[in-house]
Amino acid sequence: MRVECPPNVKVVEVPCTGRVDIIHILNALEKGADGVFVIGCLEGECHFLEGNLRAKKRVAYVKGILNSLGIEEERVDMYNLSAAMGQRFAEIVKDGTEKIKKLGPSPMKDGQKA
Amino acid sequence: MIIAEQKSLEELSKMIIGCKKVMVAGCNTCVAICFAGGEKEAGILASVLRIAAKKDGTGQEIIEQTVQRQCEWEFLDEFEDKIKDCDVVISLACGIGIQGLAERYPNKKIMPGVNTTFLGFPVETGVWEERCAACGECILGTTAGICPIARCAKGLLNGPCGGSQGGKCEISSDTPCAWQLIYDRLKEQGLLEVMEEIKAPKNWSKSSGPRKIIREDLTIGDSDKADKGKKES
Repeated sequence: MRVECPPNVKVVEVPCTGRVDIIHILNALEKGADGVFVIGCLEGECHFLEGNLRAKKRVAYVKGILNSLGIEEERVDMYNLSAAMGQRFAEIVKDGTEKIKKLGPSPMKDGQKA
Repeated sequence: MIIAEQKSLEELSKMIIGCKKVMVAGCNTCVAICFAGGEKEAGILASVLRIAAKKDGTGQEIIEQTVQRQCEWEFLDEFEDKIKDCDVVISLACGIGIQGLAERYPNKKIMPGVNTTFLGFPVETGVWEERCAACGECILGTTAGICPIARCAKGLLNGPCGGSQGGKCEISSDTPCAWQLIYDRLKEQGLLEVMEEIKAPKNWSKSSGPRKIIREDLTIGDSDKADKGKKES
C-alpha cells in the first residue's frame, strides 16, 4: 500500500488485543515509552470474539492508574480498525504520534525530570 | 475463600515515603483468586510504584516476590534472601498472611497492601459475595445451605424480619433477603417444616476471638518453626 508512517513507533504484534495485559502497558511506560497505543479489531468483529473488549477494559484501568499518578491519561489509548484498513492504521499512528508529541516526553525517561 | 481488596495507590504511596528499598510481597492463594494480591497484581503494583518513583525522582528501588501463601512458615521462609535489605514491605496477602510475615520477620516494617474484607464466593467473574461469617457453629444443614448469619443483615436465626419486602432486604434493593432464599429453597426441596423448628439464641462466644484450635492427634512438637523469626532478631 506504501502509506507513510512515523518512524518512531515500535509495533508489537499480538494475535489479539485480548493478549495485551495491564502489566505490558505499564512495562512499556516504565521503560520510557512516551505513549502506548492498543490497536485492535472493530468492536463486535474480534476474531476471538471478545478479546478487544477485554483490552478496552484494561486500557481504561491503566488510564485510571495514570490519573492517580498525575500522568496524562491520553498517553495510553485504544483504537479499533479492521485488518484491511491500511490507510486508517497509518492515520491512527500519525495522529497518535502528534498527540503524544504535544504532551511532551514521558516523565519516566531516564534522566528526565518531572 | 478470603476476599480482599487492594488499598488505593494514594494510601500505598504514603506507606513508602522516605524508604529506599521497597518489596511488594504477593500471595498466590486467596488474594490471587480475587485479583487483589497475586503474582500478577504484585507485578502491576511494583511497576506502578516504579513509575511513580521515576516520575518523582525519589530513587526508590522496588522489588517484588510472590510465594504460594503467606500463612505457612515454610513459605514465609522463602522471603529470607530478598527481604534482607528492604526498608519496607508491602504485603498483599490477607490479614493472616501479613501478620505471618510480620511475625517471621519482626525487624522489618510490614505494611498491609490490601483490606481483608470477608469470606466469600466468586459468583461471576469480577463479583464476590459474602457467604460465611466463620461463626464457629455451622447450621447450614437446617437452612438449605444458605447462611443466615452471613447473608441476613441482622443475622436472624428464625425467619425474616418485617423489613423483608419483595424478597429483598430492607438495607438495599440489591441484597436478597437471606430468609426468602432459605424459604424458597426449602419449599423446592419439600422441607418447609424445617423452618418451623425454632432455634435457641446463638452462643456468640464461639464466634469471637482470639480463637484457637489444637488437634492433639496432629501435633509433632515443631513450634520452633514459629520461633524462627524471634531467634534471628
